[in-house]
Amino acid sequence: MRAKSRKQNPAVEAQWELRLYIAGETQKSVAAFANLKRICEEHLSGKYRIEVIDLLKNPQLARGDQIVAVPTLVRKVPEPMRKIIGDLSNEERVLVGLDVRPLESKRE
Amino acid sequence: MTKSREPKAVRQVRDFPEKSRLYDSPQLLKAPSGVPGFDEITGGGLPRGRPTLVCGGAGCGKTLFAIEFLVRGASEYGEPGVFMAFEETEEELAINVASLGFDLTKLVAQKKLVVDFVRVERSEIEETGAYDLEGLFVRLQHAITAVGAKRVVLDTLESLFAGLPNPLVLRSELRRLFRWLKERGVTVVITGEKGEGSLTRQGLEEYVSDCVIFLDHRVTEQTSTRRLRVVKYRGSLHGTNEYPFLIDEEGISILPISSLGLTHKAPTGRLSSGIPRLDTMLGGKGYFKGSTILVSGTAGTGKTSVAAVLAKSTCERGEKCLFFSFEESSAQLMRNMRSIGIQLEPFVNQGLLRILPSRPTVHGLEMHLVKMHKAVTDFRPDVVILDPITNLTSVGNAAETTSMMTRLIDFLKMRGTTTFFTSLTARSDDLEQSAVNISSLVDTWLMLQVVRSGGERNRTLTIIKSRGMSHSNQTSEYRLSELGIDILETYLGATDVLTGSARLSKEAEDSAALASGAEEITRKEKERERRRNVLTRQIAELEDQFQADQAALERDIGEASRRRARLAAGRTAMAESRHAFAAGERTAKEPKRERRA
Repeated sequence: MRAKSRKQNPAVEAQWELRLYIAGETQKSVAAFANLKRICEEHLSGKYRIEVIDLLKNPQLARGDQIVAVPTLVRKVPEPMRKIIGDLSNEERVLVGLDVRPLESKRE
Repeated sequence: MTKSREPKAVRQVRDFPEKSRLYDSPQLLKAPSGVPGFDEITGGGLPRGRPTLVCGGAGCGKTLFAIEFLVRGASEYGEPGVFMAFEETEEELAINVASLGFDLTKLVAQKKLVVDFVRVERSEIEETGAYDLEGLFVRLQHAITAVGAKRVVLDTLESLFAGLPNPLVLRSELRRLFRWLKERGVTVVITGEKGEGSLTRQGLEEYVSDCVIFLDHRVTEQTSTRRLRVVKYRGSLHGTNEYPFLIDEEGISILPISSLGLTHKAPTGRLSSGIPRLDTMLGGKGYFKGSTILVSGTAGTGKTSVAAVLAKSTCERGEKCLFFSFEESSAQLMRNMRSIGIQLEPFVNQGLLRILPSRPTVHGLEMHLVKMHKAVTDFRPDVVILDPITNLTSVGNAAETTSMMTRLIDFLKMRGTTTFFTSLTARSDDLEQSAVNISSLVDTWLMLQVVRSGGERNRTLTIIKSRGMSHSNQTSEYRLSELGIDILETYLGATDVLTGSARLSKEAEDSAALASGAEEITRKEKERERRRNVLTRQIAELEDQFQADQAALERDIGEASRRRARLAAGRTAMAESRHAFAAGERTAKEPKRERRA
């Protein structure tokens, strides 16, 4: 790997750990998951891991990441932690929130 | 665990016997808060299963009130609770309320309480589509089921407005939240900061319309007072006034008394004032138990000493006395009383006497009332002394002080506590007009005066009034010495009572007069004895003489009769021998003569 490209796009190189908090199978959570998969495939292919946490099954986990809204996507790695609320339908916002550079810049 | 308090049932009913039943409502169930005074105002506490809004300015005690509601519920009423904190973390909260004597960590460990800090940081959140607040619901549900909570506090939901970008979603979710909470039947307390022109900044009052409590923290003339007001309470009567409250190391205390009716009983027992002659002057037995006594006088007349003597005699009987001192510190008071032979330390050590000094300017009048109220309910004294009450006018004007004293007297009379006030009269005032005008409220009024005569000042005591008993109307001189207070024998001079040296000289005169009178009597008695003796002797002599004379005369008479007899006998003999007279004639004369002789 070229050191230069690593400096330009460090975020892309690291492994992304994403957690999607949902509360049961609702329209919003299904949409969120679908949107998330698509965005990750498009911009982070191969470098991500999605964990879906259903708060109805594990309510105690809401406390750890301070989840109030649902669905919430939490970027655990890379640091710092970022939270995105909503069903992720606004892709631009999602990218800004996750701090992901669009694919075009990667090629550059 | 909170500091030990008496069992709640006993405390509530006994302390406010009339008031607690005033606002009872049979249909609406209430959750007792355990905050002293609050349950009396609301007739039982907060509405059960319904939300209550506690609002007020910054630092007025909303969070503390909510926490106390939870903590007391968990530790005293067996109702576990959940505290959802949006502003302080669990650790910060535990530290903050530790000063109130609440051990949050312990309660959490005992699974009686759950404290959940919800952090909503705007900078961390990016809104990317539709969402709802189910996460919050999940957390709440989890917390409630974890301990079986019956009480929930949300402090403060307004943080959500700052954190979450979409107010419409938030408001509809809040509506859903309250419906959700009502379904679960938990009693909810939500706190909100006061807004301009509305009860809360974010208008939380539209969601909570069952009960609204407003806390206020006002500063007037450099003293601050906290007040609580029940703005609204659906389905129940409640006290509508502003009630002052204080926050101290035992939590919040509210004084529910704004004015009590005159419904107290009139006990007939008597108690000694500690000065025997004063008891005599008060109908022979002393003050009435449960009455109020006022001692007024100018500076240096010994008012505090009279109070201390009462304290001593109360403690000697084994009863408890509470002494509020507004001028002297505890140590100073005890030292000063030692000089008149009153030892107060032993009683303090035995726990029979409690001295509470405080400068009047430290708090507002209302706060003083609350503190005194609290001290009396904690210590349960039989006698309460306030020395002097005129110092309280430095905090409020005369009218406010009178109003506060009226309430205090009402409260103490309801408990049947004997109350003793001292009041300083300024030199220029009319002595029978006390500055704090409670003279018409008290049952017994003693006036101490200073009398100047013959180059010295002496102290006199007068009973101006004493309801319900016949009392002496005599102004008597009294003296303070190492043996205590002594009321002296009264001496009336030409126009007034003699005091000081004048009385001493009169006393000397009187005793001299008495002494000389006694001598006179002895002398006269001796004289009488002497005379009698003389006369007796004279009589004896006369009698002797008489006897002697009698004897002599007897002798003479005896002799004369013997001579006559001899003569008569001689004649008879001669006649017989001469046979000179006829048989019947002389013999007739002779017997006559014989008879006569």
